[in-house]
Amino acid sequence: MSRALALLLLIVALGSSSQNAHAVDPLPFKDRAQEVRFQHLAKQLRCLVCQNQDLADSDADLAKDLRKQVFDMMQSGKSDDEIKQYLVARYNDFVLYDPPLKPGTWLLWFAPFALVAVGALVVVRILRGRAKLPLAASEPAAIESSAIDSEEDW
Amino acid sequence: MINRLLPLLVFIALAGLLAFGIHWNTHHEMTEVPSPLIGKPAPEFTLPLLYDSTKSLAQKDLLGKPYLLNVFGSWCPTCQYEHPILTAQIKPLGIKLIGLDWKDQADDAKRWLAQFGNPYDAVITDRDGRTGIDFGVYMAPETFLVDARGMVRYKRIGMFTPELVRDELMPKIAELGKVTQ
Amino acid sequence: MLPELGQFALILALLLAFVQCALPIYGAWRGNATLIAVARPAVAGQAVFVVLAFGILTYAFVTQDFSVAYVAQNSNLALPWYYRFSAVWGAHEGSLLLWVLILNVWTVAVAAFSRRLPDALMARVLGVLGFIAFGFLLFTILTSNPFARHLPALADGNDLNPILQDPGLIMHPPMLYTGYVGFSVAFAFAIAALLGGELDVAWVRWARPWTNVAWAFLTLGISLGSWWAYYVLGWGGWWFWDPVENASFMPWLVGTALIHSQAVTEKRGSFRAWTLLLSIFAFSLSLLGTFLVRSGVLTSVHAFASDPKRGLFILAFLCTVVGGSLLIYAVRAPKVAGGKAFRLLSRETLLLINNLMFICAAAMVLLGTLYPLIGDALGVGRISVGPPYFGFMFVLLMLPVVIALPFGPFFRWAAADWGATWRTLRPALIVAVVAAVVAKLLAPSIPLRGLAGVAATLWVGIGIALYAVQRWRTAPRGKRYTPEMLGMILAHFGVAVFLSGVLITEATSVESDLRFAPNETRNVGGLDFRFRGVEHTQGPNYSADEGTLEVLRDERVVATLHPQKRQYSGGGQLQTKSDIDPGLFRDLYVALGEPLDNGAWSVRVYVKPFVRWIWLGGLFMMFGGFVAATDRRFRALPQRADAQPATPMAQPLEAGV
Repeated sequence: MSRALALLLLIVALGSSSQNAHAVDPLPFKDRAQEVRFQHLAKQLRCLVCQNQDLADSDADLAKDLRKQVFDMMQSGKSDDEIKQYLVARYNDFVLYDPPLKPGTWLLWFAPFALVAVGALVVVRILRGRAKLPLAASEPAAIESSAIDSEEDW
Repeated sequence: MINRLLPLLVFIALAGLLAFGIHWNTHHEMTEVPSPLIGKPAPEFTLPLLYDSTKSLAQKDLLGKPYLLNVFGSWCPTCQYEHPILTAQIKPLGIKLIGLDWKDQADDAKRWLAQFGNPYDAVITDRDGRTGIDFGVYMAPETFLVDARGMVRYKRIGMFTPELVRDELMPKIAELGKVTQ
Repeated sequence: MLPELGQFALILALLLAFVQCALPIYGAWRGNATLIAVARPAVAGQAVFVVLAFGILTYAFVTQDFSVAYVAQNSNLALPWYYRFSAVWGAHEGSLLLWVLILNVWTVAVAAFSRRLPDALMARVLGVLGFIAFGFLLFTILTSNPFARHLPALADGNDLNPILQDPGLIMHPPMLYTGYVGFSVAFAFAIAALLGGELDVAWVRWARPWTNVAWAFLTLGISLGSWWAYYVLGWGGWWFWDPVENASFMPWLVGTALIHSQAVTEKRGSFRAWTLLLSIFAFSLSLLGTFLVRSGVLTSVHAFASDPKRGLFILAFLCTVVGGSLLIYAVRAPKVAGGKAFRLLSRETLLLINNLMFICAAAMVLLGTLYPLIGDALGVGRISVGPPYFGFMFVLLMLPVVIALPFGPFFRWAAADWGATWRTLRPALIVAVVAAVVAKLLAPSIPLRGLAGVAATLWVGIGIALYAVQRWRTAPRGKRYTPEMLGMILAHFGVAVFLSGVLITEATSVESDLRFAPNETRNVGGLDFRFRGVEHTQGPNYSADEGTLEVLRDERVVATLHPQKRQYSGGGQLQTKSDIDPGLFRDLYVALGEPLDNGAWSVRVYVKPFVRWIWLGGLFMMFGGFVAATDRRFRALPQRADAQPATPMAQPLEAGV
């Protein structure tokens, strides 16, 4: 019986303890620029507990601790990259919303551009093919006036 | 002909990836984040003992023998479910078992251990979670296996089940006995 | 009794869907008019039973029948009556039923408004729609039965997730689904055309209004979702590139390419393969979105309960529908490029580039969304892909589109008059650049993004205005703005409005976490915020701490905000309810944090200029889509006596097949 009660109390305690950890976290920034830098950095970091939120918006206890950690490191003069490296060394690349450029992410970063390039080649081929065909007789070869009165034009 | 088959081929590749995703999903906990500490030295720490806060235990004190570091808290319901497994199955393996009382109040922790039993060889407290961050802890319970030279060999995120002890922990412990480079 | 009746209705609907699919398509293949004629009655029958099932589920919610498991999981006694309706689609099973219901609404509409279409085409279109309905009904009945009982009935249910207890929830999913599901009509037309071996492009003219309306609804659904996330989730963001958001955005991107490609195919006979493929892709991405949300393959903020078994079913369905349609395409697609020729500088070229960039953007979003999975498959570890990636890539890919956009309406088909166009548009470019320079001089701290936003907005906005003016001046009366053209103007103008909202708000928003002592005033973004303390209040099914903040400009109170922290009585869930003072040119946004010492509270304050323009732009685009769909030309049929006189468009194609 006391075990059940203890369990119940623990669950209740767990429910209300999360009330105390919230994303709203006034930190004593030196100036506005530092605050903006912090917000920008926190938005690039992923919360490990509430994995669909960034560090700036997460209510989790751990998020609060990590924000404090980031803040302390900023105060002691560490750069954004150093702070990110610190977290990655402990929590894995997972913690970065901006995927680092490394062999494992080449596909991610380069494939879209490769696709555009391939697509551009395809488009060029299509255009070349079309240019060989004669324009239909009803089309003027070059349109001098900008008068638009044919429904066909639209 | 290739042009017309290309979309279908791309889709087949995509479907393969999605099928893999379902398979992966059934065998892995999707929210688990693998630890970058595996194969690296365990972070330095010096933390006070729960039962005697004037004394502390440091990472270097533990060198020379492997140990298990179990992260728990009196506020953590899952730790309760893991507790009997710690006592009945992990402790008998004979490895030093250190409890890390994470983000907790000392009195609550003592009460919890009094109620459920204390399986640990030593309990250290990490009130503000700094050491937890160094270990990459993001939930409780978590357990680290550290070898005699202080290298992290294995991390369990979440509670142990008897199957996990048998299938994952015990083989890792057996590896410790082999010659390490 | 009733829930069992609902289950039975679903089974009957399933059988009718099968009939609707199999018989007409077979009949069209064999030229059997009787079988073809089965289509419309089958559509009606299926719709009746689906509506019945949906009605029974709604009734169960309204009467709070907790013997139905789904009702018990998603509502409770304290839930206000108006949320009982929207709770029907609050979770997986009910939202699936909504999907099927909306599919039926579209199907009935297509069946009713297409009496003038050739019978064989209609039969195939309705047949394809029937196949899709069959798949979803089967999925519902086998794995996601909303009528499953929980006996003995619980006295009270869980609560509806508080985030979902909101007017936004009533609107967002139905509108979104109407869009998603609406692409099935374009898909059905494309498959019908492929099956029937249609070589001409009349079918595109029939498909266009349906596609435009679906696209408009999807635009609305996405805009609503973004707006809802903004004011409910509490942290001032309006787009997170979350997998589920991406799942709705990918069909939108492909759908945008589709509506433009359809225009080319219909008017010029070109891009047939593109239009066919885009029709298939748009709906495929809708289905893929359904898969991603419900299979648990990706973690997401609002994925439904994940279940690998469900995931496998949807994957099998996806393979059947998408794989099958792409196979049909491979076999039946036109072998030779058709349509009228066009020069390098022409509207066709611009739209070809448009197709390319939107497809690449959709592919990029897909790649980024699935990359964590790819990372697992390749063994490179857990990679996260978030807004820094998507935002960066998307802007890069859309840059050519934004630059080319004003040229589109001015460039004529086949051969554009570059000189005249450039002369007309040059003022827009000059104004855009000058405005950016002026903005930089007036506010030196504006980042590059803000300047780009000013320039892009003016370039696109003035560009489309110039076209509208030119059209007014040079077109004959009564023919100045067809609905299609008006729709285009509205939608492109919407793009300008949207751009301004996004880029200006991203560049100039101010956010701050502050500690407020009672009656303390702090300055954020040029405005003074005065904290008046926190009181306890009570809602219908929650209790809350409510704060009061006054916003002052020059000592005058311009707004009073009441952010809350709610605790719901049903499940004890906590919710941060922010308060917003909306404005056309700026939003003031406040969220309560936690109590600190001595009656002080932590509060998050945002000043967000121009944020409403984001959704305003979406609304303009939506209106554009609806207006364009009303064009009479889409409903005209050559052989009708009162149709417009034969225009070049109604004539059969000349060059190529």
